[in-house]
Amino acid sequence: MHASASPTDQAATPQGTIQPAIQIDHVSRHYAMGESSIRAVDDVSLAIPTGEFLALLGSSGSGKSTLLNLMAGLDRPTSGAILSGGRNLAELSPLELARYRRNTVGMVFQSFNLLPRMTLEENVELPLRLAEVERSERAGRVREALEHVRLAKRTGHRPSELSGGEQQRTAIARALVNRPKILFADEPTGNLDSATGEAILALLREIQSKMGMTIVMVTHERHLAEKFANRLAVMGDGKLLSTSANASQVSSHVATVAGQ
Amino acid sequence: MKLHDMTELAVRNLREAILRNSLTTLGVAVGVASLVAMLSLGVGLQQLASSRLSKSGLFDSIFVTAKTNLRGPGAGPPATRPASPKARPLDENARSELTKLPDVIEVYPQIRFFTEVRFDGKPFATVVAGMPESSRQSGSFDGMQGGFFSSTNADEAILQTEFAKELNPQTRDLIGKDLVLRYAERQSLASESGAAAQNSGGFSVVPKEKHLRIVGIVETEPASGFGGFGSGRLLIPLTVAETLRAAQVNDLRDVLRGSSPSDKPAYASLSVRVKSPSLVDGTEKKIKDLGFSAFSLLDASKSLRIFFSVFDLLLGIFGSLALAVATLGIVNTLVMAILERRREIGVLKALGAADGDVKQLFFVEAGVMGLAGGVFGVLLGWLIGQSLTFATNIYLKRQELPGVQISSVPWWLIAGAIGFALLVSLIAGLYPASRAAKLNPVDALRYE
Repeated sequence: MHASASPTDQAATPQGTIQPAIQIDHVSRHYAMGESSIRAVDDVSLAIPTGEFLALLGSSGSGKSTLLNLMAGLDRPTSGAILSGGRNLAELSPLELARYRRNTVGMVFQSFNLLPRMTLEENVELPLRLAEVERSERAGRVREALEHVRLAKRTGHRPSELSGGEQQRTAIARALVNRPKILFADEPTGNLDSATGEAILALLREIQSKMGMTIVMVTHERHLAEKFANRLAVMGDGKLLSTSANASQVSSHVATVAGQ
Repeated sequence: MKLHDMTELAVRNLREAILRNSLTTLGVAVGVASLVAMLSLGVGLQQLASSRLSKSGLFDSIFVTAKTNLRGPGAGPPATRPASPKARPLDENARSELTKLPDVIEVYPQIRFFTEVRFDGKPFATVVAGMPESSRQSGSFDGMQGGFFSSTNADEAILQTEFAKELNPQTRDLIGKDLVLRYAERQSLASESGAAAQNSGGFSVVPKEKHLRIVGIVETEPASGFGGFGSGRLLIPLTVAETLRAAQVNDLRDVLRGSSPSDKPAYASLSVRVKSPSLVDGTEKKIKDLGFSAFSLLDASKSLRIFFSVFDLLLGIFGSLALAVATLGIVNTLVMAILERRREIGVLKALGAADGDVKQLFFVEAGVMGLAGGVFGVLLGWLIGQSLTFATNIYLKRQELPGVQISSVPWWLIAGAIGFALLVSLIAGLYPASRAAKLNPVDALRYE
């Protein structure tokens, strides 16, 4: 099941012919710390096909979150290229990068990152405000997103009135509301008990199947990754150590892509 | 993000730290209030002074004398100004000619003479002055004891307080009482002594008496024009004063100069009142063209305006100091907000907010605080002005003086103060807003 990752292997996609949602080409991200340089991501190449559910695994400090931030357009690589929709994110202007985050990707975080003073509905509506979607259209879009995560009846509650699982579902609804092509999830189960964590991943899996969305998830919980992801990519010391198809989930990915 | 969404979000953010933001807004309000209170006092005092002076007739009046009359201001020293052979007498014809000039409201002579008054059988020496009807509008009669003359030719008198106290320390008791004015009536010699006397321009004086009823007591004589001597202590209607034909100081001088060849009395001076101070210049020129000397206090009015402009500027600067301190409060509040909302800024950026969106959000928050502070400050400033007026009027009332409005908040001050508060707040928001916009989203999201 596991295989070492050579640069050429890394860039190959399971299906080969499908346009990758994201293509990472020799990407490095170095941080200066005093006089030394930390290589958080070191010469990583990876192709993520459209519709895939990829799990990025690795221990703390392995560079998986940094790589996710680079793919999500929150950070810029020191070198290399990240291609998405035919554009190199490394070369986009700050405004174009903001548009990419707004229209192409959705993000889910470990600590949910909901705004505490806003109701659930208002939190989900926030990306629509940023995207300048008309007020009349927003209510329908918010309802639709909340229905996806089965929270349509708790719209008026504030985050503090929700359980951890419900908060994460709200965060997923917020990530989905702008109908992104790619969903990035950074340790989405990190703050949840195992049962709730599994339920959240099952929800992500369901969304991926229904909407044909590409999902990239950072996690250190291997058993969850193996249970839900189509492919596992393992990182260590900033390098991509291996990528491997998850046999139990590959068929579902093929079915998802074929369904598109 | 659209402006109304941005504003809604900004107001929501401000409500979140309601105490701190309210205190910051209150700081702006106090700053604006001090500015508004200061300027409203400046404007109010200027309006008070202008209206008093305008009512007094000093700035819409032109003082006219005959060119031969060297007593008039602006006529220059006698040695440098020989009497013009074409000099026109300032007589009744001249008066009616001046009355017909455009923009002239009224033309009246300065009638003032020393005389004796008998009250309760005792004699009192005083100066009598004729008051034109227009002096009723003069602020000097505001809050007087009793009332103004019932008609233009009523045999009534208004006493100046100090003179009234000489008659009776209980000045209120004087109103409604009669006094006798003893004066010297000027009679032409022509009717009695023939042509020779007429040619000399001489006249005789005949003692006469006039009974007058006291109708009011006034603090000071209104400045009814200028160029007179002394201040009138007993005021009578101008029409009555004219019918008395009382001998005045200039009569004797005119006889000696032979400048009044007819039996028609020439006026020592005439006050010409125009519709507004802006018309003084043009009318003054026309009067000079008619062959008279004319003088106005327009230059003094200009100096007054310059003085008040500088006064307002200084008040504005002092008032702005509080607003400057309040501005620092805005900077402090927003910088604190950035620290507290660092993670939120990261979330906004992760959700697709551009640097400009974050900058605008903080900008709008600063603007909302400035706008709210501005509106509240104007209200507070107006209240301070009203309180000062109220307190001043209590003091004036205790001094038995008429009330005044010492503060004024015109619309330009309201708009200007709110606009200024908004502008200053936006400037104060510049640094925090750009600092928030520059936050790295990854660092911001990591912030606990």
